[in-house]
Amino acid sequence: MSGILVYVLHFEGAFNKNSLGAVSEAAKLAGELGTEAHAVVVGGDDLTDELCATLGSYGATKVFRAKGPEGLAQPVVDVIDRVLDDHGHDYVIFGGGLLGFEIGAGLAARRNAGVTMEVTNIAVEDGRLIAERPILGDSQISRSRYKGLGIIIGRINAFEAKESGGGAAAVVDVEVEYSPWSTRARMVTRGEQRGADVNIEDADVLVAGGRGLGRAEAFQLCEDLANVLGGAVAATRAVVDAGWYPYSAQIGQTGKSVAPRLYLAAGISGAIQHKVGMQASENIVAINKDRNAPIFEFSDLGIVGDLHQILPKLTEAVKAKKG
Amino acid sequence: MAGSNGRVVPAAYPPPVDSPNEFIKRGLDPEDERIEVGVAIVGGGTAGLAAANRLLQLLADDPELMESLGEVPVAVLEKAKTCGGHNLSGAVMRPGPLQELYPDLTREDWRKEGFAFGEVTKEAVYMLPNGRTKLRIPTPPPFKNHGNEVISVSALARFQQAKAEEGGAYILTETAATQLVVEDGRVVGVRSGDKGRGKEGEPLANFEPGTDIKARFTVLAEGCWGSLTGAAIREFGLARNREPQVWELGVKEVWKVPRPLDRVIHTIGPWPLRLSARYGHIGGTWIYPMKDARTGDDLVSIGLVVDLEYADATTSAHDLLQLFKLHPLVRGILEGGERVAWGAKALPGGGYWSMPALSMPGAVLVGDAGGMVDTVSLKGVHHSILSGKLAAEAIYRALKQGDATLREYETMIEQSAVGRELYKVRNTRQPFQKGFLKGGPIVNLAIATRGLLPAGRLRWHRNDHKPMFIGKTHEAYPQPDGRYTFDKLSSVFITGNATRDDAPNHIRVQRRVPRELAETWKWMCPAGVYEIPEDAPDEGYVDVIVNYTNCVQCGAITAKGGRLTPPEGGDGPLYTLT
Amino acid sequence: MKICVLVKEVPDAAVEKRIDPSTGRMDRSGEKNLNPYDTHAMEAAMQIKEGGQIPIDEIVAVTMGPESAVRALHKAVSLGADRSIHLSDEALAGSDVAATGYALAKALEREQPDIVLLGQQSDDGECYTIGAVVAEHLKAPSVTQVIKLDVVDGGLRCERQAEYGYDTVQVELPAVISVGDAINTPRYPTLKAIMGARKKPLEKVAAGDVGIDTARVGAEGSQVQCGEFKAPPAKEPGTIIEDEDTDATVQQIVAWLEERKLI
Repeated sequence: MSGILVYVLHFEGAFNKNSLGAVSEAAKLAGELGTEAHAVVVGGDDLTDELCATLGSYGATKVFRAKGPEGLAQPVVDVIDRVLDDHGHDYVIFGGGLLGFEIGAGLAARRNAGVTMEVTNIAVEDGRLIAERPILGDSQISRSRYKGLGIIIGRINAFEAKESGGGAAAVVDVEVEYSPWSTRARMVTRGEQRGADVNIEDADVLVAGGRGLGRAEAFQLCEDLANVLGGAVAATRAVVDAGWYPYSAQIGQTGKSVAPRLYLAAGISGAIQHKVGMQASENIVAINKDRNAPIFEFSDLGIVGDLHQILPKLTEAVKAKKG
Repeated sequence: MAGSNGRVVPAAYPPPVDSPNEFIKRGLDPEDERIEVGVAIVGGGTAGLAAANRLLQLLADDPELMESLGEVPVAVLEKAKTCGGHNLSGAVMRPGPLQELYPDLTREDWRKEGFAFGEVTKEAVYMLPNGRTKLRIPTPPPFKNHGNEVISVSALARFQQAKAEEGGAYILTETAATQLVVEDGRVVGVRSGDKGRGKEGEPLANFEPGTDIKARFTVLAEGCWGSLTGAAIREFGLARNREPQVWELGVKEVWKVPRPLDRVIHTIGPWPLRLSARYGHIGGTWIYPMKDARTGDDLVSIGLVVDLEYADATTSAHDLLQLFKLHPLVRGILEGGERVAWGAKALPGGGYWSMPALSMPGAVLVGDAGGMVDTVSLKGVHHSILSGKLAAEAIYRALKQGDATLREYETMIEQSAVGRELYKVRNTRQPFQKGFLKGGPIVNLAIATRGLLPAGRLRWHRNDHKPMFIGKTHEAYPQPDGRYTFDKLSSVFITGNATRDDAPNHIRVQRRVPRELAETWKWMCPAGVYEIPEDAPDEGYVDVIVNYTNCVQCGAITAKGGRLTPPEGGDGPLYTLT
Repeated sequence: MKICVLVKEVPDAAVEKRIDPSTGRMDRSGEKNLNPYDTHAMEAAMQIKEGGQIPIDEIVAVTMGPESAVRALHKAVSLGADRSIHLSDEALAGSDVAATGYALAKALEREQPDIVLLGQQSDDGECYTIGAVVAEHLKAPSVTQVIKLDVVDGGLRCERQAEYGYDTVQVELPAVISVGDAINTPRYPTLKAIMGARKKPLEKVAAGDVGIDTARVGAEGSQVQCGEFKAPPAKEPGTIIEDEDTDATVQQIVAWLEERKLI
C-alpha cells in the first residue's frame, strides 16, 4: 500500500476548499488503509514552504511541489505522472471542480488507469478503495473498483475539509520536464470576476422564488434574504416566463441544475419539472402557504405559512445572528 | 367556486386564427428554393406510414416508376422527434389490415418487434353504478374482441418508420407542415415550419425559415386536428352536406403490474361520469392487458374517454381517470404496480355522416384526419392502416396512368371495410347527445339492429356550441397522492415533454373570457396549460394564463373554443408505450 | 486545415434512463439523438470555417458506436460537416471513458486534424472531459468547458468558467477543445441539408483499421470494475412547521440553520 496522492488547487495564496476536502478525505482513508496521504501542488512562488506545510493540518504528511503554470491541467498531469513514477501511489484523488476533471481524465489516459467522476463517497473494503457515484439523475449509486491505479474525482462539495490537527507536512520539491503539448496552452487571464452574471450553479446558498411570490416586486424579499445569507437568487420557469426574473436564474428541467448547501424555496410548489433541477441540494427549506404542495414531500424543513410575513422577519433574524 | 351558472358558449369567443390565410400558401417558391418529392405524406402516424409502406412496396416492384419520382420518391413529415412520439390510442386492433400490409409477419413477430402485446381471449363489460360496485353485463356485440390484438400505436409507428426507411422513404422528423401549397385549384405540396422563432414569433439568431416541398400527390395524415386538413376542408368544400365533426378526449396510463390481467375490460358508466343530462357526460373506460414479449413485463393500458360534448366546465378527463382508478375493480388490477406512461389525445367521434369528402385535386385524407374512427366499438387503428393502404394504391395507379386526380380513392374507401363498418354505426352515437338515459335505449336499438335503425341521418351538434356552466363534477376528484393517483404536471413530465423555453405559443385562444369558459379550458386540458390567476374575479371576465410549454398536443382545445396550431417541429411529448 | 468534430448518439434526454438488468449497464435501447452538446461543437466548427480567419478545407464528423450511430453522423452532416467516419466494432462495446477516448484518438490520428471539437459532456455517461483523454493520446493541448472560442494569432483563444472565475487560455494548434452549451446557439439544419446528408461520404472503420489494441477497450479492457449498484442513502423525512406565530417560527428556522452550520 503505497499511499494516496491528492491534487491541491490554489489561487492567490489560498488552497481551494474542495481540494482541502479531498485531502481530509484521503487522510481518513489512508488511516483506514494503514498508509499515508500526500498532496501535490503546482504553481509559482506563492507556494511557500509555510503555505504548503499547512496541508499537514488536513492530514497530508508530505507535499510534492513543482514549479509550473497555474490553472492549467496538462502540466499537472506531467507532475503527477512523475510523482507516481517515483513513489507509486495507489490512488489519486481530486476534489470537485473543473481542473479535477481535466487532470484526472488526462492522467487516466497517461497511466492507463481507471477513473471515476462525480464521486460522492469512498468506501474501504478488503484493503481497497471503492468509489461510489450517483447515476441516472441521482436515483442509484454505482460502485467502482479499480484493477490497478485508481483515479477518483469528487463531486463538488462532496468532501468536507476537516482539520485533523496533524503537524506540518514535509515539503518535497519535484523537478519535472513538461511534455511538449503541456506548454502549448498559455493562461492569458485567470479568475476574472464578471459581477453582473451571478452563476447560480456555483452558489453555496440559493433563495429561489416561484409563483407564490405573487408579483415581480416580491423578488426583493428573496434578494434581501440571499444577501444576508451570502447567496444568490434563483427562479422557477413559471416566473421567468412571466418576466419576473431573468432566464439566467432559472432552475428546473430546462434551465440550470444546482446542488447548493442550502436551497430555500419561497412560493414554489415543487412540481417535478422544478424538483429535478434542485433535488440534489444538501438542505432544502420550503416556505409555501399550501399544506399540500409537493415540495413538502422532499424538503428537509417545510414551513406552511405566508412568505410575505416570514421572509422579511427571517432576513432580520439572520442579520442579527450574523452580527 | 361561486360561478354565475350562466351559460357560456365557447363558439362565441373564437380564437384569433385566420385559417385560409395562415395555412394555405398560394403558389410554390422558385425551383432552387424548394424541394421536390414524388409523394409527400403529412403525418408519420399509423395511417401516413401505412400509405408510405404500401406505396414503397408497390414501387419496389416497379423500378421505372420509382426512378421517375426522382431522388425522393416518398417523404413523410412528422412533427414529433420520432414517428410515434405524438401517437396514442387504447388500443385493441382488428388484425386484418396490418396482416395485409405485411403478409410475411406473424403476430408473434409483431410482439417481438415490440408493438403488439397479445391476442384477446377474454373480455368483460361492466356498468358502474357508483365507485364501489360493478355490474357485469353480457358483452354487447361492438365490444366483442376475440382474436383482436392489443397494441401500442406509438410503438407501431416506430416500427412502420423503420420499414419505410428501409423501403427508401425520407422520414423528416422534427418537421411540422404548416401550410398547404395550392396552385390553380390544386394541392401541389406543403411547406415545412419555421424553426428558431421566439415567444412572440420574432426570428431569433438561429432562425431558419421552412421550405416548400413540391409533390405530385400529397397525403394528409395529420390525425385528429390537422391544421392543413382543416384548411383543405374549407378550401375545397370537403364538408359540404356533411354533419359537423365532433370530438372525444382520451387520457391514458400504462402500468406495470404484479399480476397479469387476463381479459380486456370496458366500462360503460355511468360512474365516474355523472348521469344528469344537464351535465352532458358521455364516455367510458378501458383496461387492456399487455404482455411485453421483450422484457416479460406484465403491463396494463388503462384509459378514460369522454365526449367533448359535455356542459359542465369542471369536467376533467385526467381527473376522472384518477377517480376511476379508485374503484375496487381497478385497484384489484393496479395495486402494487407502477405507472410507466401517461398521455392524452383527442379523436374524431362523428363517424360516417361527419366524414369529409376524402379527396381533392392533388391530395387525399387518410386515417383520423378523415374521421375514420368507429367510436361504438372503439376501433380506428385498422381503418387508419386500411385507408393508408388504399390511398397508396390509388396514388400508385394515378402515377402509373398519368392521372391527375385521386377521386377513385373515395369509392375505394366507401366500398372497403372502412366504409361498410362506419356506415353500420352511422347513427349509433348521436342519440347520446340527449344524455345517457334518454339516448341509451336508442343507441341499444341501433346496436341490436346492426345499424338498420334508426333510419335516415341523425344530426350532430358542434361541441363548441354547447353552453357551459360551472358544475360539481370536480368535487369528486381525488387529491393526487403521487403514487397511485397523479397530478397533471407530474404526468406531463413522464411524457418526456421537451418544449423550448422560448418557443412561440402555438395555442390560440382569446385571453380575456368569461369565467365559465376559462374554467372549461382549465379543467379540460390534461396538461394543465390553462390557468386562472388566483386574484381573478369569481364572476365575469378573467385573464387566462396559457402555459403552452406544457402542451402535449392532444387537440382538445380546438373543440371548445380555441385552436391548436402547428408547433415548432421537435416539441411536445415523446410517447413510447401509448 | 481540417476540423474533426467528435459526436455521439445518446438516449433522448426525455426518455427515462434505466439500467438493463441483464448487462448491468445503461439500457441504450430506445430513442436516440445527437448529443445536444455536440450540436454546439458542430456550430463552433461552422463558425470557425465561416469566420475565414483560418482556411478550413473540411469538417469531418467522427463517432464511435453501434449501427444506429450513423444517425448522429447524418445529423452532424446536415449541420455542415463535409463527411463522416463511423468507428464501429464489437470489441469496443462497453468501453468506459478512458477506453473510448483512446479509441477515438486512434481514429483521429489517421485524420491528422488541426482542431478537434466536441461537446464537453453527454447526457448519458454523465462524465466530462473525454476531450482530455483524447488530447493526451493525440499529444495535443486541451481545454474543456469552453464557452467562448475565437481564432487569435493563428491559434485559439478560449474562455471558460473555472473555480475562481473566468479563465482565458490561448492554445496553439493542433488542439482539442470541449465546448459547453453556452458557447453558441446551434443553427437548425435546412430540409435540403437533412435530405442531402445521406449522400455525403460516410466511411465505416473497425478497430483494426485504425490500430486500436483491442485489449485496451471494451468492457474487458476497462480498468474500472463497475456493475454494482445500490440505492442512494434514504433521506430523513423532513420537519414541517405550521406558522402560527411568525416570530417564533423564524426563531425555529434560524436554530435549524445554525444546527447545520448554514449561518
